[in-house]
Amino acid sequence: MRAFSYERARTPQDASIAVARTPEAKFIAGGTNLLDLMKLEIERPRHLIDVNGLGFDKIETTQDGGLRIGALVRNTDLAAHERVRRDYGVLSRALVSGASGQLRNKATTAGNLLQRTRCPYFYDPAQPCNKREPGSGCGALQGINRQHAVIGASQACIATHPSDMAVAMRVLDATVETLAPDGKTRSIPIADFHRLPGDTPHLETNLAHGELITAVTLPRPIGGAQIYRKVRDRASYAFALVSVAAIVQPDGSGRVAFGGVAHKPWRVEAAEPAMSRGAKAVSERAFTGAKATEQNAFKLPLAERTLAAVLAEARA
Amino acid sequence: MKFDTPATTNPIDKLKVVGQPTDRIEGPLKVSGTAAYAYERHDVEPKAAYGYVVGAEIAKGRVGSMDLSRAKSAPGVITIVTAQNAGPLGKGNYNTAKLLGGPQIDHYHQALALVVAETFEQARAAAHLVEITYVGEAGEFDLAKAKDGSKPKPINGSPPDSKVGDFASAFAAAPVQVDATYTTPDHAHAMMEPHATIAAWRGDELVLWTSNQMIDWSRGDLAKTLGIPKEKVRLNSQFVGGGFGGKLFIRADAVLAALGARAARRPVKVALQRPLMINNTTHRPATIQRVRLGAARDGTLTAIAHESWSGDLPGGKPDSAVHQTRMLYAAANRMTATRLAVLDLPESNAMRAPGEATGHMALEVAMDELAEKLGMDPVELRIRNDTQVVPDGASEQGSAPKRPFSQRQLVECLRTGADRFGWSARNPRPGQTRDGQWLVGMGMAAAYRGAPTTKSAARVRLDTTGVVIVETDMTDIGTGSYTIIGQTAAEMMGVPLASVRVRLGDSLFPVSAGSGGQWGAASSTAGVFAACVKLREAVAQKLGFDPEKTTFADGQVRSGNRSAPLAQAARAGELVAEDQIEFGDLSKTYQHSTFGAHYVEVGVDPFTAEVRIRRMLAVCAAGRILNPKAARSQVIGAMTMGAGSALMEDLIVDKRVGFFINHDLASYEVPVHADIPHQEVIFLDETDPTTSPMKAKGVGELGICGVSAAVANAIYNASGVRVRDYPITLDKLLASMPLRA
Ligand SMILES: Cc1cc2nc3c(=O)[nH]c(=O)nc-3n(C[C@H](O)[C@H](O)[C@H](O)COP(=O)(O)OP(=O)(O)OC[C@H]3O[C@@H](n4cnc5c(N)ncnc54)[C@H](O)[C@@H]3O)c2cc1C
Ligand code: SF4
Repeated sequence: MRAFSYERARTPQDASIAVARTPEAKFIAGGTNLLDLMKLEIERPRHLIDVNGLGFDKIETTQDGGLRIGALVRNTDLAAHERVRRDYGVLSRALVSGASGQLRNKATTAGNLLQRTRCPYFYDPAQPCNKREPGSGCGALQGINRQHAVIGASQACIATHPSDMAVAMRVLDATVETLAPDGKTRSIPIADFHRLPGDTPHLETNLAHGELITAVTLPRPIGGAQIYRKVRDRASYAFALVSVAAIVQPDGSGRVAFGGVAHKPWRVEAAEPAMSRGAKAVSERAFTGAKATEQNAFKLPLAERTLAAVLAEARA
Repeated sequence: MKFDTPATTNPIDKLKVVGQPTDRIEGPLKVSGTAAYAYERHDVEPKAAYGYVVGAEIAKGRVGSMDLSRAKSAPGVITIVTAQNAGPLGKGNYNTAKLLGGPQIDHYHQALALVVAETFEQARAAAHLVEITYVGEAGEFDLAKAKDGSKPKPINGSPPDSKVGDFASAFAAAPVQVDATYTTPDHAHAMMEPHATIAAWRGDELVLWTSNQMIDWSRGDLAKTLGIPKEKVRLNSQFVGGGFGGKLFIRADAVLAALGARAARRPVKVALQRPLMINNTTHRPATIQRVRLGAARDGTLTAIAHESWSGDLPGGKPDSAVHQTRMLYAAANRMTATRLAVLDLPESNAMRAPGEATGHMALEVAMDELAEKLGMDPVELRIRNDTQVVPDGASEQGSAPKRPFSQRQLVECLRTGADRFGWSARNPRPGQTRDGQWLVGMGMAAAYRGAPTTKSAARVRLDTTGVVIVETDMTDIGTGSYTIIGQTAAEMMGVPLASVRVRLGDSLFPVSAGSGGQWGAASSTAGVFAACVKLREAVAQKLGFDPEKTTFADGQVRSGNRSAPLAQAARAGELVAEDQIEFGDLSKTYQHSTFGAHYVEVGVDPFTAEVRIRRMLAVCAAGRILNPKAARSQVIGAMTMGAGSALMEDLIVDKRVGFFINHDLASYEVPVHADIPHQEVIFLDETDPTTSPMKAKGVGELGICGVSAAVANAIYNASGVRVRDYPITLDKLLASMPLRA
């Protein structure tokens, strides 16, 4: 870990400006991802701006009956929130399927969206990785890639986004609220928030340097059976091989997003009219253009079968 | 004390303290966080500097250049140790690769430097400033490829190949045959406490507080590595946070802490960083195993063959996966073969039940496959082929063929387990049983593990207040040694456990068996027994009693109608006795072994092929159980580890680069609580007077043998899919499990 300076922001605007004016500065929230990466010198910030204590720890009802989740709301609190459990069950379930109790107590809404991949080559600074060291190559492409993306990847990077929460937010059509150093605010639909790797896998979101996440808003609840199903190599405390976030209405229509398959939560709205026709129809459309490796080809049938399990559960 | 005739009745048989399910005597320290492990010995060395290890970033080749200038001038840096400035270094008898590499590099993450600084953070930051260039060489990292060039290697001191009768003809003639190849991956010990050491030089004497299973081996190896006399080295491992074989030997933390402390002229502490541990230290090697079984239609085995391939660095040892196949089942015609390939991966070495853990994963699945072909119950198949003599004469060097087992209750284990588990409810047709959505299946396996004993010494003191103090360099690696040693002394001296103090893990104490190979419990308590016999004599003499006729009970010493409190014997001054147990030829006359049976029920999700273990039962016949609670903990821990190797544990090799890619605890998955269901353990009533005066054996390794196979067999029974390539992850099941929700 490199030595770094640390400052506690007094206002959101200060925080944003402080990061913007220092090229190697970063926000720190729960620190559960950032500090781990700093210890390995995968992240090497010179300056940290602590955004805890800016009042972003509230969950409020919006005018249209949706929910505004402060960027610093802890994953534990969000999962346990009465309205989240009642109206956005898929989000609550996704959150509790992630990490461990201790981590969720620290982890924040914004930090969770911005957590970085778990690709083992990314984690080993001795190995080539375009995401960590642009231009150094991709260790996983010809290496071990059982965990990696099956769709939307590139020759530069085949990593997945590891968040469970983000997959649920994608299916809920969440919006990420931000504040820029110049004081301007933006509302970024979650679909446009994360990027596919392309030639620049080190750029993971469409946030600008210094742009601070202030909240995530959820639209009015849409009801339905809300299910999050995470499939992994052990029963708990592991990242998804494949996960499915689905909202299924009594008439069989619905929405679905997949985790563990791409560089971002994977949702293809055009596949959703097929929901009532079953898992096969939906996943064929959702995974059109998929490109699996020998090691991760199983994720395609697994995604379909996990969706089938979810639809069966929704019917039951 | 020489133990060369079977034990007769002795004070242990009273079983007032020994054999009781006593809580761990050091338990309160551990659960309250006050048990100081090696890295936390602030009590002895509060001002130690911190070392951070720099590991090699290639698997094979050499260091091209090493530039320390930036690191040296970083804040807080005291010194940097490298092979260039460390002076001449030897290599320990128990190490295959050097613990400080450079210029030659033998494996990924081999230590190349230790950065010593005032704080841990400074050492870590400076370590990232060490600039190293490498000249890489091609290496061999793929066991399947290297297999063809592999060579025969002895296992456990016996020949690599064993042959009885004529396997080839008998197998060819057998009406029912199984011929299958199984693969097991490399496994990490993944113990909670990393390898860690504080080193301090006191003049020319070196003191190490370290985390080690075998004090005397490691003391010798450290002396040899540093080129100093063994007497000048003191090792202390009062608590060890898990070892599983990974701490049988000194590792880089110990050598580098010693070198760092010498260069820094002050104590230095080093804990191997978790991301380094997996490639820097040892692991259980991957195996490829071919098992062939030939049987008559009634299930009588006529031919057994087991061949195993594993790999290691040059000069290393093979995995002895065939071992239990020489022991478990009768068959007139048999062969085993052990081959070792040279690989340039990190060093392979012992891990809990080395050999048997992997061997059962093949043999006991092959037996399941045979049972199915025969249309026979797998439990009955094993009972049909039971033997009371060692079926493979070549198994132990210099021993006569057809040696009897001293005790062998395999059949009783199998029957008891079947009964208690409800085995008769199992549907032998796979894929037929449902519970809600789950596909449910049951599987079982037999378990075998040797019960070696080895000489072990102890000192016992009776202090002036009547407290009994035991000192031995035996270690407690989480196994319960403190407690069973205390129980032994309490029983022998006729005092309650509360009147006994146990001091372990220090080279100042007499040399014990140490913790390894499942020999620790039986051997170290026997050493304490021997020392207590001497102390009893000293007490009797002091009190003027006839030692032959003196008994010790309830804090009183009695002889005829005379009696005195035990404490009285030491009133004028502490009494001290020391002795060691040495084992004669009984283990040649008899084969000493432990046996067991594992029963497992699993559910397989028909959609996703996720496997969930639902129930586990182990039945063990392992001599006298010195403390049923501690023994149960050992067995359930081993069952958990077996579940891990069945379902998820897998050090994944990048065969291009030559390293284990999942080198941290987030990516090397071991079972979590949610993976482990209710576990039940039954110990059969057994005492074995031929093993030791304690009539005991070990259980810590028996507990893992066969577990993974039982899980694999249960998965087959549930799903109808036979996976012969461990771990059995869902991707290997999925393709053969049509969706039929
Ligand atoms: C062992 C382990 C297992 C885990 N398992 C799972 C799992 O199964 N599923 C899962 O989903 N997650 C898992 N996680 C990840 C965990 O969810 C994340 O670490 C956590 O959500 C990150 O939140 P944080 O607040 O700690 O972020 P931090 O570590 O503080 O920050 C992460 C990033 O977000 C940036 N950031 C933080 N706040 C803001 C803001 N307001 N505006 C702009 N940028 C900001 C930081 O600069 C940093 O780059 C696991 C983590 C660990 C360590
Ligand atoms: S997949 Fe992406 S994160 Fe992994 S090594 Fe390749 S570039 Fe790096």
